[in-house]
Amino acid sequence: MSRFAMVIDTRRCVGCNDCVVACKTEHGVPLGYSRDWITEELHGVFPDVRLEIRSERCNHCENPPCVSCCPTGASHIHDRGGVVLVDHEKCIGCKACLAACPYNARFVHPDGYVDKCTFCIHRVENGLDPACVSVCPTHCMHFGDLDDENSEVSRLLASRPYHSLIPEAGTKPCIFYLT
Amino acid sequence: MMPLTELTVSRHNPLVDPSLHIWGWQIAVYLFLGGLVAGLMIIAGVRLIAIRPSQREALVCCTIGPIVGLTGLSLGMFTLFLDLSHKLHVWRLYTTFQITSPMSWGSWILLLVYPALVANGLAHLPEAIPALARRFPVIVTWSDFILAREWLVVAIGLSNMLVGIALGIYTGILLGTFGARPLWNSAILGPLFLLSGLSIAAATLHGILIIHTPDDERPTFADFLLSSLTKLIEAHPLDPKVGPVLAGADNSFLTIEAALLILFLIGNTTSTSVHQQAASLLLGGPYTAIFWVFVIGMGIVIPLILQSLELANRIRHTLAPSIFVILGGLALRFVLVYAGQQSHWLEALNR
Repeated sequence: MSRFAMVIDTRRCVGCNDCVVACKTEHGVPLGYSRDWITEELHGVFPDVRLEIRSERCNHCENPPCVSCCPTGASHIHDRGGVVLVDHEKCIGCKACLAACPYNARFVHPDGYVDKCTFCIHRVENGLDPACVSVCPTHCMHFGDLDDENSEVSRLLASRPYHSLIPEAGTKPCIFYLT
Repeated sequence: MMPLTELTVSRHNPLVDPSLHIWGWQIAVYLFLGGLVAGLMIIAGVRLIAIRPSQREALVCCTIGPIVGLTGLSLGMFTLFLDLSHKLHVWRLYTTFQITSPMSWGSWILLLVYPALVANGLAHLPEAIPALARRFPVIVTWSDFILAREWLVVAIGLSNMLVGIALGIYTGILLGTFGARPLWNSAILGPLFLLSGLSIAAATLHGILIIHTPDDERPTFADFLLSSLTKLIEAHPLDPKVGPVLAGADNSFLTIEAALLILFLIGNTTSTSVHQQAASLLLGGPYTAIFWVFVIGMGIVIPLILQSLELANRIRHTLAPSIFVILGGLALRFVLVYAGQQSHWLEALNR
Protein backbone atom coordinates (compact mmCIF):
# COMPACT_ATOMS: atom_id res chain seq x y z
CA MET A 1 0.00 0.00 0.00
CA SER A 2 1.08 3.58 -0.53
CA ARG A 3 -0.33 6.88 0.65
CA PHE A 4 0.80 9.82 -1.47
CA ALA A 5 1.16 13.15 0.31
CA MET A 6 2.64 16.57 -0.22
CA VAL A 7 4.66 18.50 2.32
CA ILE A 8 5.13 22.23 1.77
CA ASP A 9 7.62 24.32 3.72
CA THR A 10 5.90 27.64 4.43
CA ARG A 11 9.22 29.11 5.61
CA ARG A 12 10.59 28.70 2.10
CA CYS A 13 7.53 29.45 -0.03
CA VAL A 14 7.62 32.99 -1.45
CA GLY A 15 4.32 32.82 -3.36
CA CYS A 16 5.96 33.14 -6.78
CA ASN A 17 3.10 31.24 -8.50
CA ASP A 18 5.52 29.01 -10.43
CA CYS A 19 3.57 25.97 -9.21
CA VAL A 20 0.34 27.52 -10.52
CA VAL A 21 1.85 28.20 -13.95
CA ALA A 22 3.39 24.72 -14.13
CA CYS A 23 0.03 23.11 -13.36
CA LYS A 24 -1.79 25.22 -15.94
CA THR A 25 0.81 24.30 -18.54
CA GLU A 26 0.92 20.59 -17.68
CA HIS A 27 -2.86 20.14 -17.74
CA GLY A 28 -4.00 22.85 -20.16
CA VAL A 29 -6.15 24.41 -17.43
CA PRO A 30 -8.50 26.92 -19.14
CA LEU A 31 -8.00 30.65 -18.70
CA GLY A 32 -9.66 31.92 -15.52
CA TYR A 33 -9.53 28.54 -13.72
CA SER A 34 -6.98 27.12 -11.27
CA ARG A 35 -6.22 23.64 -9.97
CA ASP A 36 -3.77 25.14 -7.49
CA TRP A 37 -3.35 28.61 -6.09
CA ILE A 38 -1.48 30.74 -3.57
CA THR A 39 -2.98 31.73 -0.22
CA GLU A 40 -1.44 34.32 2.07
CA GLU A 41 -2.61 34.22 5.67
CA LEU A 42 -1.75 37.10 7.95
CA HIS A 43 -2.38 36.32 11.60
CA GLY A 44 -1.71 38.02 14.94
CA VAL A 45 -1.96 41.35 16.76
CA PHE A 46 0.08 44.22 15.34
CA PRO A 47 3.08 44.49 15.55
CA ASP A 48 3.34 40.80 16.44
CA VAL A 49 1.97 39.41 13.16
CA ARG A 50 2.92 36.35 11.14
CA LEU A 51 2.52 35.85 7.39
CA GLU A 52 2.20 32.33 6.04
CA ILE A 53 2.34 31.79 2.29
CA ARG A 54 0.90 28.49 1.08
CA SER A 55 0.58 26.73 -2.24
CA GLU A 56 -2.87 25.08 -2.02
CA ARG A 57 -4.76 22.49 -4.05
CA CYS A 58 -7.01 19.45 -3.55
CA ASN A 59 -5.92 17.81 -0.28
CA HIS A 60 -6.50 14.25 -1.57
CA CYS A 61 -8.15 13.47 1.76
CA GLU A 62 -8.13 10.02 3.32
CA ASN A 63 -11.82 10.50 4.11
CA PRO A 64 -12.94 12.46 1.04
CA PRO A 65 -16.55 13.71 1.26
CA CYS A 66 -16.45 14.50 -2.48
CA VAL A 67 -16.15 10.77 -3.20
CA SER A 68 -18.86 9.59 -0.82
CA CYS A 69 -21.42 12.10 -2.15
CA CYS A 70 -20.82 11.44 -5.86
CA PRO A 71 -23.96 9.80 -7.33
CA THR A 72 -22.22 8.20 -10.33
CA GLY A 73 -18.87 7.09 -8.92
CA ALA A 74 -17.09 9.67 -11.10
CA SER A 75 -15.22 10.93 -8.04
CA HIS A 76 -13.13 8.02 -6.86
CA ILE A 77 -9.99 7.02 -5.00
CA HIS A 78 -7.23 5.80 -7.32
CA ASP A 79 -5.73 2.38 -6.62
CA ARG A 80 -2.27 3.83 -6.26
CA GLY A 81 -1.49 6.20 -3.40
CA GLY A 82 -5.08 7.02 -2.46
CA VAL A 83 -5.19 9.90 -4.95
CA VAL A 84 -8.68 11.39 -5.41
CA LEU A 85 -9.59 11.62 -9.10
CA VAL A 86 -12.62 12.49 -11.29
CA ASP A 87 -13.64 10.30 -14.23
CA HIS A 88 -14.78 12.95 -16.72
CA GLU A 89 -16.91 10.46 -18.66
CA LYS A 90 -18.92 9.51 -15.58
CA CYS A 91 -19.34 13.06 -14.24
CA ILE A 92 -22.83 14.55 -14.79
CA GLY A 93 -21.96 17.99 -13.42
CA CYS A 94 -24.35 17.85 -10.44
CA LYS A 95 -21.80 19.83 -8.40
CA ALA A 96 -22.45 17.87 -5.19
CA CYS A 97 -18.70 17.34 -4.82
CA LEU A 98 -18.11 21.09 -4.97
CA ALA A 99 -20.57 21.54 -2.11
CA ALA A 100 -18.95 18.70 -0.17
CA CYS A 101 -15.36 19.98 -0.38
CA PRO A 102 -14.46 22.22 2.59
CA TYR A 103 -11.42 23.51 0.65
CA ASN A 104 -13.34 24.67 -2.45
CA ALA A 105 -10.66 22.84 -4.42
CA ARG A 106 -12.90 21.77 -7.31
CA PHE A 107 -14.39 23.70 -10.21
CA VAL A 108 -16.65 23.08 -13.18
CA HIS A 109 -14.55 22.84 -16.35
CA PRO A 110 -15.95 24.85 -19.30
CA ASP A 111 -16.65 21.47 -20.97
CA GLY A 112 -19.12 20.66 -18.16
CA TYR A 113 -17.34 18.09 -16.02
CA VAL A 114 -15.79 18.75 -12.62
CA ASP A 115 -12.03 19.17 -12.54
CA LYS A 116 -9.32 19.38 -9.87
CA CYS A 117 -5.71 18.55 -8.97
CA THR A 118 -4.70 14.95 -9.77
CA PHE A 119 -1.34 15.03 -7.95
CA CYS A 120 -0.11 14.62 -11.58
CA ILE A 121 -0.72 10.89 -11.24
CA HIS A 122 0.32 10.41 -14.91
CA ARG A 123 3.78 11.76 -14.03
CA VAL A 124 4.00 10.04 -10.65
CA GLU A 125 3.27 6.63 -12.21
CA ASN A 126 6.26 7.27 -14.48
CA GLY A 127 8.55 8.02 -11.59
CA LEU A 128 8.34 11.81 -11.85
CA ASP A 129 7.29 14.41 -9.30
CA PRO A 130 4.06 16.40 -9.84
CA ALA A 131 4.63 19.37 -12.18
CA CYS A 132 4.23 21.93 -9.38
CA VAL A 133 6.83 20.19 -7.21
CA SER A 134 9.30 19.80 -10.05
CA VAL A 135 9.43 23.52 -10.90
CA CYS A 136 9.46 25.08 -7.41
CA PRO A 137 12.46 27.46 -7.38
CA THR A 138 12.81 27.44 -3.58
CA HIS A 139 12.36 23.65 -3.28
CA CYS A 140 9.66 24.21 -0.69
CA MET A 141 7.41 21.42 -2.05
CA HIS A 142 8.00 17.72 -1.43
CA PHE A 143 6.02 14.75 -2.69
CA GLY A 144 6.17 11.13 -1.57
CA ASP A 145 4.69 8.12 0.16
CA LEU A 146 3.55 8.59 3.77
CA ASP A 147 3.47 4.83 4.29
CA ASP A 148 7.20 4.65 3.61
CA GLU A 149 8.87 5.87 6.80
CA ASN A 150 12.10 6.53 4.91
CA SER A 151 10.47 8.78 2.31
CA GLU A 152 11.33 12.47 2.31
CA VAL A 153 7.80 13.48 3.31
CA SER A 154 7.77 11.08 6.27
CA ARG A 155 11.14 12.30 7.48
CA LEU A 156 10.13 15.95 7.19
CA LEU A 157 6.92 15.38 9.13
CA ALA A 158 8.87 13.52 11.81
CA SER A 159 11.39 16.32 12.22
CA ARG A 160 9.42 19.57 11.81
CA PRO A 161 6.21 21.07 13.25
CA TYR A 162 3.40 21.15 10.71
CA HIS A 163 -0.31 21.66 10.25
CA SER A 164 -2.96 20.72 7.73
CA LEU A 165 -5.94 22.76 6.53
CA ILE A 166 -9.24 22.69 8.43
CA PRO A 167 -8.58 19.39 10.24
CA GLU A 168 -11.82 20.08 12.16
CA ALA A 169 -13.76 19.11 9.03
CA GLY A 170 -12.65 15.51 9.61
CA THR A 171 -11.52 14.80 6.05
CA LYS A 172 -7.93 13.80 6.97
CA PRO A 173 -6.15 15.94 4.35
CA CYS A 174 -2.87 14.65 2.87
CA ILE A 175 -1.16 17.99 2.30
CA PHE A 176 0.90 19.22 5.21
CA TYR A 177 2.43 22.65 5.80
CA LEU A 178 5.72 22.88 7.69
CA THR A 179 5.78 25.89 10.01
CA MET B 1 -7.24 43.63 21.05
CA MET B 2 -8.67 40.89 18.82
CA PRO B 3 -6.09 39.02 16.71
CA LEU B 4 -6.23 39.81 13.03
CA THR B 5 -6.70 37.05 10.46
CA GLU B 6 -6.51 38.10 6.85
CA LEU B 7 -6.66 35.64 3.95
CA THR B 8 -5.62 36.54 0.43
CA VAL B 9 -6.37 33.83 -2.10
CA SER B 10 -5.17 34.03 -5.71
CA ARG B 11 -7.86 31.60 -6.91
CA HIS B 12 -10.81 33.03 -8.88
CA ASN B 13 -12.67 29.93 -10.06
CA PRO B 14 -16.17 30.63 -11.43
CA LEU B 15 -19.06 29.39 -9.18
CA VAL B 16 -16.58 28.94 -6.30
CA ASP B 17 -15.10 32.35 -5.55
CA PRO B 18 -15.48 34.62 -3.68
CA SER B 19 -18.06 32.34 -2.08
CA LEU B 20 -19.65 29.14 -3.32
CA HIS B 21 -22.68 29.76 -5.59
CA ILE B 22 -22.98 26.51 -7.53
CA TRP B 23 -26.72 26.02 -7.02
CA GLY B 24 -29.40 28.53 -7.94
CA TRP B 25 -33.17 28.61 -8.44
CA GLN B 26 -33.17 25.23 -10.21
CA ILE B 27 -32.20 23.32 -7.06
CA ALA B 28 -34.49 25.39 -4.80
CA VAL B 29 -37.46 24.71 -7.11
CA TYR B 30 -36.47 21.02 -7.42
CA LEU B 31 -36.40 20.63 -3.63
CA PHE B 32 -39.74 22.45 -3.35
CA LEU B 33 -41.43 20.27 -5.98
CA GLY B 34 -39.86 17.15 -4.44
CA GLY B 35 -41.38 18.10 -1.08
CA LEU B 36 -44.77 18.80 -2.69
CA VAL B 37 -44.78 15.42 -4.44
CA ALA B 38 -43.70 13.66 -1.24
CA GLY B 39 -46.56 15.26 0.69
CA LEU B 40 -49.09 14.46 -2.04
CA MET B 41 -47.96 10.82 -2.06
CA ILE B 42 -48.30 10.42 1.69
CA ILE B 43 -51.75 12.05 1.78
CA ALA B 44 -52.86 10.07 -1.29
CA GLY B 45 -51.61 6.83 0.25
CA VAL B 46 -53.40 7.44 3.54
CA ARG B 47 -56.65 8.39 1.80
CA LEU B 48 -56.54 5.42 -0.58
CA ILE B 49 -56.36 3.01 2.34
CA ALA B 50 -58.91 4.94 4.39
CA ILE B 51 -61.57 5.17 1.66
CA ARG B 52 -64.19 2.43 1.79
CA PRO B 53 -66.11 1.43 -1.37
CA SER B 54 -69.29 2.99 0.01
CA GLN B 55 -67.55 6.18 0.93
CA ARG B 56 -66.04 7.59 -2.26
CA GLU B 57 -65.19 11.01 -0.95
CA ALA B 58 -61.88 12.85 -0.87
CA LEU B 59 -61.13 12.08 -4.49
CA VAL B 60 -59.20 15.31 -4.49
CA CYS B 61 -56.58 13.53 -2.38
CA CYS B 62 -56.15 10.24 -4.14
CA THR B 63 -56.85 11.22 -7.74
CA ILE B 64 -56.20 14.91 -8.28
CA GLY B 65 -53.25 14.74 -5.85
CA PRO B 66 -51.37 12.09 -7.88
CA ILE B 67 -52.06 13.97 -11.14
CA VAL B 68 -50.60 17.17 -9.63
CA GLY B 69 -47.78 15.05 -8.17
CA LEU B 70 -46.84 13.49 -11.50
CA THR B 71 -46.76 16.94 -13.10
CA GLY B 72 -44.72 18.38 -10.22
CA LEU B 73 -42.26 15.49 -10.28
CA SER B 74 -41.68 15.84 -14.01
CA LEU B 75 -41.15 19.60 -13.63
CA GLY B 76 -38.79 19.00 -10.69
CA MET B 77 -36.70 16.49 -12.61
CA PHE B 78 -36.56 18.96 -15.49
CA THR B 79 -35.25 21.77 -13.25
CA LEU B 80 -32.68 19.31 -11.83
CA PHE B 81 -31.63 18.49 -15.38
CA LEU B 82 -31.29 22.21 -16.14
CA ASP B 83 -28.83 22.50 -13.24
CA LEU B 84 -26.48 19.80 -14.53
CA SER B 85 -23.39 21.13 -16.26
CA HIS B 86 -22.59 17.85 -18.09
CA LYS B 87 -26.15 17.21 -19.26
CA LEU B 88 -25.56 14.57 -21.93
CA HIS B 89 -24.08 12.26 -19.28
CA VAL B 90 -27.20 12.32 -17.06
CA TRP B 91 -27.90 8.63 -17.89
CA ARG B 92 -24.86 7.75 -15.79
CA LEU B 93 -27.07 8.20 -12.72
CA TYR B 94 -28.85 4.98 -13.64
CA THR B 95 -25.84 2.83 -14.40
CA THR B 96 -24.83 2.58 -10.76
CA PHE B 97 -26.03 2.81 -7.17
CA GLN B 98 -23.70 4.61 -4.78
CA ILE B 99 -24.81 3.68 -1.27
CA THR B 100 -23.10 6.65 0.43
CA SER B 101 -24.49 9.25 -1.97
CA PRO B 102 -27.87 10.82 -1.07
CA MET B 103 -28.17 12.01 -4.68
CA SER B 104 -27.86 8.43 -5.92
CA TRP B 105 -30.56 7.32 -3.47
CA GLY B 106 -32.71 10.22 -4.63
CA SER B 107 -32.37 9.44 -8.32
CA TRP B 108 -33.58 5.87 -7.75
CA ILE B 109 -36.36 6.99 -5.37
CA LEU B 110 -37.60 9.39 -8.07
CA LEU B 111 -38.02 6.41 -10.41
CA LEU B 112 -40.19 4.63 -7.81
CA VAL B 113 -42.43 7.67 -7.46
CA TYR B 114 -43.90 7.41 -10.97
CA PRO B 115 -45.41 3.89 -10.76
CA ALA B 116 -46.59 4.44 -7.18
CA LEU B 117 -48.39 7.69 -8.05
CA VAL B 118 -49.86 6.27 -11.28
CA ALA B 119 -51.24 3.24 -9.44
CA ASN B 120 -52.73 5.44 -6.72
CA GLY B 121 -54.31 7.79 -9.22
CA LEU B 122 -55.72 4.93 -11.33
CA ALA B 123 -57.69 3.39 -8.45
CA HIS B 124 -60.44 6.02 -8.49
CA LEU B 125 -59.74 7.74 -11.82
CA PRO B 126 -62.99 6.62 -13.57
CA GLU B 127 -65.09 8.25 -10.83
CA ALA B 128 -63.00 11.40 -10.70
CA ILE B 129 -62.67 11.99 -14.43
CA PRO B 130 -65.47 10.06 -16.20
CA ALA B 131 -64.76 11.71 -19.54
CA LEU B 132 -61.25 10.28 -19.58
CA ALA B 133 -62.52 6.84 -18.60
CA ARG B 134 -65.06 6.88 -21.41
CA ARG B 135 -62.37 7.77 -23.92
CA PHE B 136 -59.93 5.14 -22.63
CA PRO B 137 -61.98 2.19 -21.28
CA VAL B 138 -58.82 0.38 -20.27
CA ILE B 139 -58.63 2.79 -17.32
CA VAL B 140 -61.85 1.28 -15.96
CA THR B 141 -60.38 -2.20 -16.34
CA TRP B 142 -57.27 -1.24 -14.39
CA SER B 143 -59.30 0.57 -11.74
CA ASP B 144 -61.61 -2.44 -11.28
CA PHE B 145 -58.59 -4.74 -11.12
CA ILE B 146 -57.09 -2.68 -8.27
CA LEU B 147 -60.31 -2.09 -6.32
CA ALA B 148 -61.32 -5.77 -6.51
CA ARG B 149 -58.22 -6.72 -4.53
CA GLU B 150 -58.09 -5.30 -1.03
CA TRP B 151 -54.45 -6.36 -0.56
CA LEU B 152 -53.47 -4.46 -3.72
CA VAL B 153 -55.21 -1.28 -2.52
CA VAL B 154 -53.36 -1.53 0.79
CA ALA B 155 -50.06 -2.26 -0.98
CA ILE B 156 -50.44 0.75 -3.28
CA GLY B 157 -51.41 3.02 -0.38
CA LEU B 158 -48.52 1.82 1.77
CA SER B 159 -46.01 2.10 -1.07
CA ASN B 160 -47.11 5.70 -1.69
CA MET B 161 -46.69 6.52 1.99
CA LEU B 162 -43.26 4.88 2.24
CA VAL B 163 -41.87 6.27 -1.03
CA GLY B 164 -43.33 9.68 -0.13
CA ILE B 165 -41.60 9.66 3.27
CA ALA B 166 -38.33 8.59 1.63
CA LEU B 167 -38.61 11.31 -1.01
CA GLY B 168 -39.48 14.04 1.52
CA ILE B 169 -36.64 13.14 3.85
CA TYR B 170 -34.22 12.78 0.93
CA THR B 171 -34.80 16.40 -0.16
CA GLY B 172 -33.52 17.52 3.26
CA ILE B 173 -30.82 14.89 3.72
CA LEU B 174 -29.40 15.88 0.32
CA LEU B 175 -28.29 19.17 1.91
CA GLY B 176 -27.88 17.84 5.46
CA THR B 177 -25.00 15.50 4.60
CA PHE B 178 -22.70 18.27 3.33
CA GLY B 179 -20.37 18.65 6.31
CA ALA B 180 -18.45 21.36 4.47
CA ARG B 181 -21.47 23.71 4.67
CA PRO B 182 -22.21 24.16 8.37
CA LEU B 183 -25.70 25.65 7.92
CA TRP B 184 -26.85 22.56 6.01
CA ASN B 185 -25.06 20.02 8.15
CA SER B 186 -28.03 19.14 10.35
CA ALA B 187 -30.05 15.92 10.50
CA ILE B 188 -33.12 18.05 11.23
CA LEU B 189 -33.26 19.16 7.58
CA GLY B 190 -34.67 15.73 6.63
CA PRO B 191 -37.80 15.82 8.81
CA LEU B 192 -38.06 19.61 8.34
CA PHE B 193 -38.34 19.30 4.56
CA LEU B 194 -40.68 16.31 4.93
CA LEU B 195 -43.06 18.27 7.17
CA SER B 196 -42.79 21.32 4.97
CA GLY B 197 -43.64 19.13 1.97
CA LEU B 198 -46.67 17.73 3.80
CA SER B 199 -47.91 21.22 4.64
CA ILE B 200 -47.40 22.39 1.03
CA ALA B 201 -49.28 19.32 -0.25
CA ALA B 202 -52.20 19.77 2.16
CA ALA B 203 -52.37 23.46 1.25
CA THR B 204 -52.31 22.64 -2.47
CA LEU B 205 -55.15 20.13 -2.15
CA HIS B 206 -57.08 22.55 0.07
CA GLY B 207 -56.59 25.24 -2.56
CA ILE B 208 -57.78 22.97 -5.39
CA LEU B 209 -60.86 22.09 -3.34
CA ILE B 210 -61.67 25.76 -2.71
CA ILE B 211 -61.28 26.66 -6.38
CA HIS B 212 -63.56 23.79 -7.30
CA THR B 213 -66.25 24.74 -4.81
CA PRO B 214 -68.83 27.11 -6.34
CA ASP B 215 -69.05 30.38 -4.49
CA ASP B 216 -71.13 33.21 -5.91
CA GLU B 217 -69.41 35.75 -3.69
CA ARG B 218 -66.09 35.19 -5.40
CA PRO B 219 -64.68 34.71 -8.16
CA THR B 220 -61.67 36.93 -8.41
CA PHE B 221 -59.65 36.91 -11.60
CA ALA B 222 -57.04 34.57 -10.08
CA ASP B 223 -59.75 32.15 -8.97
CA PHE B 224 -61.34 32.29 -12.39
CA LEU B 225 -58.01 31.55 -14.04
CA LEU B 226 -57.22 28.62 -11.76
CA SER B 227 -60.73 27.17 -11.91
CA SER B 228 -60.58 27.30 -15.70
CA LEU B 229 -57.44 25.22 -15.56
CA THR B 230 -58.93 22.62 -13.21
CA LYS B 231 -62.05 22.39 -15.33
CA LEU B 232 -59.88 21.25 -18.20
CA ILE B 233 -59.69 17.86 -16.56
CA GLU B 234 -63.38 17.92 -15.51
CA ALA B 235 -62.65 16.51 -12.09
CA HIS B 236 -65.60 15.68 -9.85
CA PRO B 237 -66.97 15.07 -7.32
CA LEU B 238 -64.81 16.92 -4.81
CA ASP B 239 -66.38 16.72 -1.41
CA PRO B 240 -66.21 20.11 0.39
CA LYS B 241 -66.29 18.23 3.74
CA VAL B 242 -62.67 17.35 3.13
CA GLY B 243 -61.71 21.04 3.29
CA PRO B 244 -61.68 21.33 7.09
CA VAL B 245 -59.81 18.01 7.35
CA LEU B 246 -57.08 19.33 5.06
CA ALA B 247 -56.94 22.71 6.85
CA GLY B 248 -56.65 20.95 10.23
CA ALA B 249 -53.95 18.62 8.93
CA ASP B 250 -52.09 21.56 7.41
CA ASN B 251 -52.17 23.38 10.77
CA SER B 252 -50.63 20.32 12.44
CA PHE B 253 -47.91 20.08 9.80
CA LEU B 254 -47.14 23.80 10.09
CA THR B 255 -46.89 23.59 13.88
CA ILE B 256 -44.43 20.69 13.73
CA GLU B 257 -42.49 22.46 10.96
CA ALA B 258 -42.18 25.57 13.17
CA ALA B 259 -40.94 23.41 16.06
CA LEU B 260 -38.35 21.77 13.79
CA LEU B 261 -37.16 25.17 12.55
CA ILE B 262 -36.68 26.29 16.15
CA LEU B 263 -34.71 23.10 16.91
CA PHE B 264 -32.64 23.68 13.77
CA LEU B 265 -31.71 27.18 14.95
CA ILE B 266 -31.05 26.01 18.53
CA GLY B 267 -28.79 23.25 17.20
CA ASN B 268 -26.72 25.70 15.18
CA THR B 269 -26.52 28.51 17.75
CA THR B 270 -25.38 26.14 20.51
CA SER B 271 -22.80 24.31 18.36
CA THR B 272 -19.28 25.23 17.22
CA SER B 273 -18.23 28.71 16.13
CA VAL B 274 -18.66 27.84 12.45
CA HIS B 275 -22.23 26.69 13.10
CA GLN B 276 -22.91 29.85 15.10
CA GLN B 277 -21.56 31.89 12.18
CA ALA B 278 -23.81 29.89 9.87
CA ALA B 279 -26.88 30.52 12.04
CA SER B 280 -26.08 34.23 12.07
CA LEU B 281 -26.91 34.28 8.35
CA LEU B 282 -30.54 33.80 9.47
CA LEU B 283 -30.25 35.62 12.80
CA GLY B 284 -28.84 39.02 11.98
CA GLY B 285 -27.21 38.37 8.61
CA PRO B 286 -28.12 38.93 4.97
CA TYR B 287 -30.90 36.31 4.93
CA THR B 288 -32.59 37.35 8.18
CA ALA B 289 -35.32 39.55 6.71
CA ILE B 290 -36.40 37.12 3.99
CA PHE B 291 -36.28 34.20 6.47
CA TRP B 292 -38.44 35.82 9.15
CA VAL B 293 -40.83 37.68 6.84
CA PHE B 294 -41.42 35.10 4.11
CA VAL B 295 -40.60 31.71 5.70
CA ILE B 296 -41.83 32.22 9.26
CA GLY B 297 -44.33 35.09 8.94
CA MET B 298 -45.96 34.50 5.58
CA GLY B 299 -45.32 30.76 5.33
CA ILE B 300 -46.22 29.59 8.83
CA VAL B 301 -47.70 32.18 11.24
CA ILE B 302 -50.28 33.88 8.97
CA PRO B 303 -51.63 30.61 7.46
CA LEU B 304 -51.85 29.09 10.95
CA ILE B 305 -53.98 32.03 12.12
CA LEU B 306 -56.14 32.08 8.98
CA GLN B 307 -56.75 28.32 8.97
CA SER B 308 -57.53 28.35 12.69
CA LEU B 309 -60.18 31.01 12.06
CA GLU B 310 -61.53 28.93 9.14
CA LEU B 311 -61.76 25.85 11.33
CA ALA B 312 -63.55 27.85 14.03
CA ASN B 313 -66.03 29.01 11.35
CA ARG B 314 -65.07 32.63 12.00
CA ILE B 315 -64.13 33.18 8.36
CA ARG B 316 -64.87 31.19 5.21
CA HIS B 317 -62.27 29.00 3.52
CA THR B 318 -60.24 31.00 1.02
CA LEU B 319 -57.24 30.47 -1.22
CA ALA B 320 -55.10 32.85 0.85
CA PRO B 321 -53.61 30.39 3.39
CA SER B 322 -52.87 27.87 0.65
CA ILE B 323 -50.99 30.45 -1.40
CA PHE B 324 -49.09 31.66 1.68
CA VAL B 325 -48.05 28.13 2.65
CA ILE B 326 -46.90 27.33 -0.89
CA LEU B 327 -44.90 30.56 -1.20
CA GLY B 328 -43.47 30.07 2.31
CA GLY B 329 -42.33 26.55 1.43
CA LEU B 330 -40.67 27.88 -1.71
CA ALA B 331 -39.00 30.67 0.29
CA LEU B 332 -37.67 28.12 2.83
CA ARG B 333 -35.88 26.21 0.06
CA PHE B 334 -34.53 29.38 -1.56
CA VAL B 335 -33.21 30.75 1.76
CA LEU B 336 -31.55 27.50 2.81
CA VAL B 337 -30.05 26.74 -0.61
CA TYR B 338 -28.52 30.21 -0.95
CA ALA B 339 -27.54 30.81 2.70
CA GLY B 340 -26.04 27.33 3.07
CA GLN B 341 -23.60 27.97 0.26
CA GLN B 342 -22.35 31.07 2.07
CA SER B 343 -21.62 29.16 5.28
CA HIS B 344 -18.11 27.76 5.37
CA TRP B 345 -15.45 26.11 7.52
CA LEU B 346 -13.02 28.90 6.68
CA GLU B 347 -14.66 30.69 9.61
CA ALA B 348 -12.64 28.27 11.75
CA LEU B 349 -9.53 30.19 10.73
CA ASN B 350 -10.67 33.10 12.92
CA ARG B 351 -9.13 31.37 15.91
